[in-house]
Amino acid sequence: MEIEIDGKIAQVPDGSTIMDAAQQVGVYIPHFCYHKKLSIAANCRMCLVQVEKAPKPLPACATPVTNGMKVFTHSELAIKAQKGVMEFLLINHPLDCPICDQGGECQLQDLAVGYGGGASRFQEDKRVVFHKDVGPLISMQEMARCIHCTRCVRFGQEIAGVMELGMASRNMHSEITTFVGRSVDSELSGNMIDLCPVGALTSRPFRYSARSWELARRRSISPHDSVGANLTLQVKNNVVMRVLPRDNEEVNECWISDKERFSYEALNSPARLGRPMIRVDGVLREVAWNVALDYASHALRDVVSRSGGESVAALASPQATLEELHLLQKLTRGLGSGSIDFRPRRRDFSADGKLAGIPWLGLRLSEIQDLDAALVVGSFLRKDHPLFAQRLRQLSKKWGKVSLLSVTGDDQLLRLHAQRTVSPAELPLALAAVVKAAALLRGEPVPAGLENVEPCGVSQVIASSLVEGDKRAIFLGNVAEQSPQATLLHSLANELARLTGASCGFIGDGANSVGGHLAKAFPTALNAYDMFAQPRKAYFLLGVEPELDCHNPQQAVAALQAADLVVMLTPFADGSAREYADVLLPISPFSETSGSYVNCEGRVQSFSGVVRPFGDARPAWKVLRVLGNLLSLAGFDQNSSEQVRDEIIAAGTEFVSGLDNRLAALPLALSGSSSGLQRVADVPIHFADLLARRAPALQQTRDAAAPTARMSGQTLNALGLTDGVLVRVTQGAGEAVLAAKVDETTPPACVRVAAAHVSTAALGDMFGAINVERA
Amino acid sequence: MAILGAINPMLSVGLDGDNAWRLADYVKRDGYSALRRILESGIGQGDVINEVKKSVLRGRGGAGFPTGLKWSFMPRSFPGDKYVVCNSDEGEPGTFKDRDILRYNPHAVIEGMAIAAFAMGAARGYNYIHGEVWEIYERFEEALDEARAAGFLGRNILGSGFDFDLFAHHGYGAYICGEETALLESIEGKKGQPRFKPPFPASFGLYGKPTTINNTETFASVPYIINMGGERYLESGKPNNGGTKLFSVSGHVNRPGNYEVPLGTPFATLLEMAGGMRGGRQLKGCIPGGSSAPVVPGPTMMDCTMDYDSISKAGSMLGSGAVIVMDETTCMVKALERLSYFYYEESCGQCTPCREGTSWLYKVVHRIEHGKGRADDLDLLGSVTTNIMGRTICALGDAASMPVQSFIKHFRDEFAYHIENRKCLVPVDVQRAGSGFFTATA
Repeated sequence: MEIEIDGKIAQVPDGSTIMDAAQQVGVYIPHFCYHKKLSIAANCRMCLVQVEKAPKPLPACATPVTNGMKVFTHSELAIKAQKGVMEFLLINHPLDCPICDQGGECQLQDLAVGYGGGASRFQEDKRVVFHKDVGPLISMQEMARCIHCTRCVRFGQEIAGVMELGMASRNMHSEITTFVGRSVDSELSGNMIDLCPVGALTSRPFRYSARSWELARRRSISPHDSVGANLTLQVKNNVVMRVLPRDNEEVNECWISDKERFSYEALNSPARLGRPMIRVDGVLREVAWNVALDYASHALRDVVSRSGGESVAALASPQATLEELHLLQKLTRGLGSGSIDFRPRRRDFSADGKLAGIPWLGLRLSEIQDLDAALVVGSFLRKDHPLFAQRLRQLSKKWGKVSLLSVTGDDQLLRLHAQRTVSPAELPLALAAVVKAAALLRGEPVPAGLENVEPCGVSQVIASSLVEGDKRAIFLGNVAEQSPQATLLHSLANELARLTGASCGFIGDGANSVGGHLAKAFPTALNAYDMFAQPRKAYFLLGVEPELDCHNPQQAVAALQAADLVVMLTPFADGSAREYADVLLPISPFSETSGSYVNCEGRVQSFSGVVRPFGDARPAWKVLRVLGNLLSLAGFDQNSSEQVRDEIIAAGTEFVSGLDNRLAALPLALSGSSSGLQRVADVPIHFADLLARRAPALQQTRDAAAPTARMSGQTLNALGLTDGVLVRVTQGAGEAVLAAKVDETTPPACVRVAAAHVSTAALGDMFGAINVERA
Repeated sequence: MAILGAINPMLSVGLDGDNAWRLADYVKRDGYSALRRILESGIGQGDVINEVKKSVLRGRGGAGFPTGLKWSFMPRSFPGDKYVVCNSDEGEPGTFKDRDILRYNPHAVIEGMAIAAFAMGAARGYNYIHGEVWEIYERFEEALDEARAAGFLGRNILGSGFDFDLFAHHGYGAYICGEETALLESIEGKKGQPRFKPPFPASFGLYGKPTTINNTETFASVPYIINMGGERYLESGKPNNGGTKLFSVSGHVNRPGNYEVPLGTPFATLLEMAGGMRGGRQLKGCIPGGSSAPVVPGPTMMDCTMDYDSISKAGSMLGSGAVIVMDETTCMVKALERLSYFYYEESCGQCTPCREGTSWLYKVVHRIEHGKGRADDLDLLGSVTTNIMGRTICALGDAASMPVQSFIKHFRDEFAYHIENRKCLVPVDVQRAGSGFFTATA
């Protein structure tokens, strides 16, 4: 189709709107309600343009292009219409720009300069709209500013998958509000702040702390999950004041999760560690860097010379950068130890050494939208991977059949094709049922070991969705990776992929879960679990809080407390680290260091520090490099993080090579179902990493509610308990006292007790046996 | 008594008696014979539509769009669900004809909808009934039960293999739900707000399926057209304005109520049927087609005939046929204030010009009426109305603007007097006397 806009010719596909065509030829049409990612509302009427032969001005956002159409966006008729709309928008809009948080980045303010009048003809009283309290993240204090574009409403319905805001009432008394007494709890809610074209929805933590023109905009990458959302960090006076998404259609589109948006508060937390500390006579004392490093290197060397290299173990967070992980593994191996790992939540490591390559997503993120079917195995999808879940949500709205096989029936807010919820121990059996159903559908021999599996109806539905269509994918979530039967699940998923022709991959539980493999930060001796099960003399911890981050915190803390030496590189001074650390070295979080993350699709994303390090904190790669020098190890002479990166991957690499999820053939040994109560442990979204844990606003959200012991009513009755009573939850020697709560999404004979929270840090394995009794 | 007076009536024939609305009475009046004939004699879908086209039946809801043409827009061969929807959300101030059709002759609507469904290949229909006339909704439900029991609705109607399920759906009184796409949203369980068009309901209607929406009176006319033939129906009115029409006459007349007359009947005749002007006073102005239609000054109105073309020539619209008669005791500013308040209150709030503009219009007219008008207020009102008209998603913005424009155009002096003298040209006691609710003191 050909269309002429202000004399410029555009060729556009059938079904395009005038707005699409105008963007193509670079003509700007003013608008408020239109947004490229949301459905068309055509309610603000700001984009009215003149169309040849049309008697009335037409909204560019909603008017389909017809062949040979001639559009005038700046004709007298168009300008008059646009100015008329602007006058209407302004009559009830408060003239409080000087005290409005949106001032300087307000679409209404910007467009009013071009289309607004110098004075108002409206002499009446302006509308008053009451404020609303919708939670700790979004401020709706000045709702009189709302221009009713309904972007926030459509975002909830279409992107977040839940309508938490709506427009109530009629006429000019229409107002955006929640359902009575409800708050906005979506894990993507902060995007509504960006979408709001005026100052009606503002960021509650940020408001009144800076003006937009005072802020420098710096590029960064999210350290919070495996998608690697592109961020803009806004900085004033060397402080990160705000975090916004940076458009990258292939990664995060234009969204970020609330965790990514509001975790920045932790960067400026009073809990930051500003000076190195060492334990002297049982007390941690602040010392200069040279003293601390000297002490650490000597102590490490002492342990090695006394007890051998293997008495040292190193554990890093999967949030650590590629460069940090690389230097850490070099340092550890230099000390003569193969006990290095970056997967603290993992339990089953039997796949190590049998992997054909680096485990990854199995396809690019941008390919998700073209899938015909997807199966997610073992995941708290929405809370573990908000943006990944958002992509699946969009897929499920189109044609994609998305199925979920997991350990709780949490509402994922997406249209599931099929769903099966089983206990963690039965997860392999449930996946095996799908494998067998697929084999039968394909007419292939049933894989050895699955002879006695009975595919249920749901398994058959899932299997048949996976054999149909062109592109299908199987995704293994965090539960599948953290399960004690992770390797079996991996093998089964591979088998299912082979039978159905689907891709198979891991969503990944950290920003650098692919990068860690690339940096070879995986063990040749003891893994992340065994290094605590078989206590070492010395531990080297990088950005990890074992009491919250490990699969079995009880075991980890015991080993750390018994160790001779614990060297800890951390940005924070609080937490139980103070009880067992002998050396605390202050390091920079992602905002203060350069580095790289490799996201789940293998995309290398490097970033620079945006502010100077807090206090005496230093980028971890520099600390590791100096330690390497002090320990007289070879290969620690890099002068920049780029040099470190170039040792791992060739400069300019966009996607890393060597990604392969295949696994050497392992027997599919399905164990019988377990007896007794089992624990189901989720990692609640705002407890998942050390930044989110220290972000005050996030900690006030409903997602950050203290863990409870959740179980089905039947399980609760069988235990002789009632909803709300306090129960003592025990695993091994550790216990926690929690409130019991009825939750019918929990499978039978299971108790859902969240990990990653201080109240449950004394407990053991995330998916082990658990005992519950009345407290 | 359903209809106070009629000339050559169709819809209102034989509606005397308490049970006239019942199926048995309707069948006695030849009811359901049109449907039966279509289904039993193998008349094709296209033939039915052609018959309606020949009748030049124009939509009775307000816009006057030719019904046969509308029906022919439906993709009959579309394989999925299709719907026919009856718009009984009669909320226009001055209009009360659909209420009486549903009250006294509901089966005509049911039969008309069944014929329409047959002609357009729809298997489901909804009648959306205004929420403020609850007993009408209950009566229609009862009529539906009768029709279902008698086999005029449901599976395999009259053994023809034609299926049609019809349901009543009541709103809660929002005027905007009478806008066809807002009505569809409301049936779907959403907030009643108009959709942007295109796409039109014929391609993307109820639940996203092809849908035809007609007014109650339009559907009720269909059986009569089929029975008498399109041409005879057309002849009973005047060229391009087929058939008879119900007029809801209200205001300063002696016998306000519904009257069925052929299109083309002189206004003077209608006025006479309604008992003439109250107290023998002069006609000052008349809104001939419901509150959204521009007001017509008395002398012009007296020369009009009641049909789409004549009223249009007089600068107004036949609309829904609600004739609001105002005599010389009427303060036009006050009348406009009341109308503007209605549109301000009923604007759905979705799109900017209507949401903001209708409240602005009301506030300015209110100000003038209360002696706080300013010299440039009339120009301001003119400017605001032009900024609303043609800029909104639906026609409510236009409907709110047209009374303002026409009242000022025809009665500018009265408005100017109000602004200048801070009081009404028509003394308050005269207004009160004219209203019939007060006794004149002077």
